[in-house]
Amino acid sequence: MSELRTPLSKVKGLGSAKEGTGHFWHQRLTALLLIPLVLWIGFSIAAMPVDHATLVGWIEQPWVAVALVLLVITVFYHAQLGLQVIIEDYISSHSRRTLILLLTNLACLLCGTVGVISVLKISFGA
Amino acid sequence: MANSKYPTSPHLQIYRLPLTALLSITHRITGVILAIGCLLLVWLLAAAAEGAESYRVLYNHLDSWYGQVFLLGFVFSLYLHFCNGVRHLFWDVGYGFELETVDLTAKLAIAVAVILTIATWVVAGIA
Repeated sequence: MSELRTPLSKVKGLGSAKEGTGHFWHQRLTALLLIPLVLWIGFSIAAMPVDHATLVGWIEQPWVAVALVLLVITVFYHAQLGLQVIIEDYISSHSRRTLILLLTNLACLLCGTVGVISVLKISFGA
Repeated sequence: MANSKYPTSPHLQIYRLPLTALLSITHRITGVILAIGCLLLVWLLAAAAEGAESYRVLYNHLDSWYGQVFLLGFVFSLYLHFCNGVRHLFWDVGYGFELETVDLTAKLAIAVAVILTIATWVVAGIA
């Protein structure tokens, strides 16, 4: 009995957490997506006059809204993945770690939702 | 162990971190700063959706001295995390592990982050 893992589990390569390299991979995918999005948002907002009407007029454009929704979702997913690694590394108490992870994930989800709804509200003119 | 004649391993507070190690921990710190700072992005979008009055409240905060300090810190953290993140992506596909390259790209990441920050402020100044 030298082999404890089933052939199927070896082929799937997902390990005991059943997630394999998913976390690592999603962190990198979101990072790649954020390269153009960050440069775009940074310089777009910098190049804009700072009044409310200009900002709303900008967000109202369909492609700007698409990019903003994409940015908000990607940013908070990326943040959630990154914060998770930091929390898991530095907080050793299991119960405290679970609680903080839970709250962090909830905060990221909430912020992302508020961001998306705000963009949609403007683009649908509500 | 005070009398031990054996050399002890360098302690974090005594050992001078190489630039790459410094950037590594900075990547985590800027990551946390950005996660908190992204509340500002949500605030900006929500205030824009809410109306001119809510937007004015946010604008007044950002226009104050502490708002400008926060914005400068946020934008520089963003570009530093951005540049160092690109460096990490190159490592992920197997490039840039030679010691000289690692040192060079560390300095490059900081330099580009400074340039991007200045460029953003210049663009904002013109607009």
